[in-house]
Amino acid sequence: MNKWGLIISLTIIAAGLLYLFIKSIRGRDVERRFIFLFMGLAVAVPILFNISFSEKATPIVKAAFDKIENLPPGSKILISFDYDPAMAPEVNPMTDAFVRHAMAKGHRVYFMNLWATGQPMVATAIDRIIKTEFPEKKNGVDYVNLGYKAGGTGVLNVIITDIRKMYLTDVNGINLDSLPIMNGIRSLRDMDLLISVGGGLPGVKEWVLFAGDPGHIPVVGGCAAVSAPLLYPYYPNQLMGLLGGIKGAAEYESELKRKYPRFAETPQPGIKMMGPQTMAHLVIMAFIIFGNISYFVLKSRGE
Amino acid sequence: MNNSRIWSIVIFAAAVLIFGLSWIIIGSQAGHNLTDAFLVTVAAFLTLSILSFLYKDNPYYKFAEHLFVGVSAAYWMSVGFWSTFVGNLLPRISPSLCTYFGVPYKGFDIFFFIPLILGVFLLMRLSSKMGWLSRWSLAFIVGTTAGLNLIRYLRSDFISQVSNTFVPLVTDWRGIGPFFSDFSLSITGQFAMSLSNWVIFVGVFCGLIYFFFSKEHKGAFGYASRMGIWVLMITFGASFGYTVMGRVSLLVGRLTFLFHDWLGLVK
Repeated sequence: MNKWGLIISLTIIAAGLLYLFIKSIRGRDVERRFIFLFMGLAVAVPILFNISFSEKATPIVKAAFDKIENLPPGSKILISFDYDPAMAPEVNPMTDAFVRHAMAKGHRVYFMNLWATGQPMVATAIDRIIKTEFPEKKNGVDYVNLGYKAGGTGVLNVIITDIRKMYLTDVNGINLDSLPIMNGIRSLRDMDLLISVGGGLPGVKEWVLFAGDPGHIPVVGGCAAVSAPLLYPYYPNQLMGLLGGIKGAAEYESELKRKYPRFAETPQPGIKMMGPQTMAHLVIMAFIIFGNISYFVLKSRGE
Repeated sequence: MNNSRIWSIVIFAAAVLIFGLSWIIIGSQAGHNLTDAFLVTVAAFLTLSILSFLYKDNPYYKFAEHLFVGVSAAYWMSVGFWSTFVGNLLPRISPSLCTYFGVPYKGFDIFFFIPLILGVFLLMRLSSKMGWLSRWSLAFIVGTTAGLNLIRYLRSDFISQVSNTFVPLVTDWRGIGPFFSDFSLSITGQFAMSLSNWVIFVGVFCGLIYFFFSKEHKGAFGYASRMGIWVLMITFGASFGYTVMGRVSLLVGRLTFLFHDWLGLVK
């Protein structure tokens, strides 16, 4: 970590907070644009100085990691990219980590999407992870991109009994029956693990409801932070593990790095993003405290 | 010419100059070509246009917003056409069209005319006279969705969730001696696990009491109800915290793009 960067970040944040504190004890209003600017600085400075912190996997993230780790090599894992570019900064680190882990373990990976906007995300993940870090892996043998089909939960209702009723070809138009990776795959029930990464509808919850539970197939999830609290109740019986927001991604990356030291030099956007994230959270906590101080000051004055 | 008009022209000229220069500079760097540089510059312009709304509403924000809506709608429609219409429907109804689009023909299936007809009915909304036909398609969608969801939600969201609430209040109990000799505050330790199960039990129980309106919330019932609202408030707080984390992540993502891909300030 850049020590000077941390000092400069903390100095800027401390100066801003001091200004806000003085305003709050005087019971003065603060211009909202100042709040935005301050938040921008609190996030930008740690990015510029590359500030990050160490992470340790919590049990729910460790459970997701162990589920993939403990499957025998060659297991069939389906990863569904159910998100759009707007959600990508938060969940891309998760899909990267899942793909990297599955490939390192020698699993067979089936990509698909319940969101049309997830299709290019799969293509970039294949380029970014598989083609650069695992050039020996072959399309159609070690992995396949099934692409997007419209219908949301309707798609799940169909492919839980027969994948080929919905998917006749892969995303490149190649007949599924001609791909070695599809040998012996009839439905989702032939998968050893389902992974859904998303944060909207359809997403992780729909995979639990419409695939995992009725098909008795283990499901692991990765979700945008907004939907994480709604998904925790499914753990550990209906959801084997969950990565909630960028924190979950960072924990998974740290576990991957611990177990596979060769990934220490690969990009770890989740861990990298936790530096600015931590600073921003400190600032927001201070905002809440100062807001309350200001409230009580005004109340004591009878305003 | 009034002041605001002059300012608008100045800002527009500055934007054209800055982003034009950015395009040229990025394009001239090693490892970049003019097309990549143009795309990165446009992405940076659109990012800053959206962020400019934090200052106040302005034409740049409006432009980026409208562009986003238009592109999204067109993208979903074109992907839907290729993946569903060409990918799923044609292989069951037309060998010649399959050959034309280069998809494998899977044999004629008359039932696939049903979704085709319902799909055409949906498009009838565009016609004022035939718009009523779209209600048939919508009725089909609503009916099947409601039927399928009812079963799945009842099983997974109700029965399984109730079952998940039945947790042992004392986990792995081997007597008072081992409890203290193996005492650990670790999240996977016996104490923490038992405590978290108590939180689930008390939280669900008190939360349900809060929503029980057939009895006045007084006495012990009232205390449990008040506990229930505390549980709800803590849940909302946790949700808010996660929402903040999500939004900050998106901001980090965009700033990383600006500093890394556009300006090249960070590696």
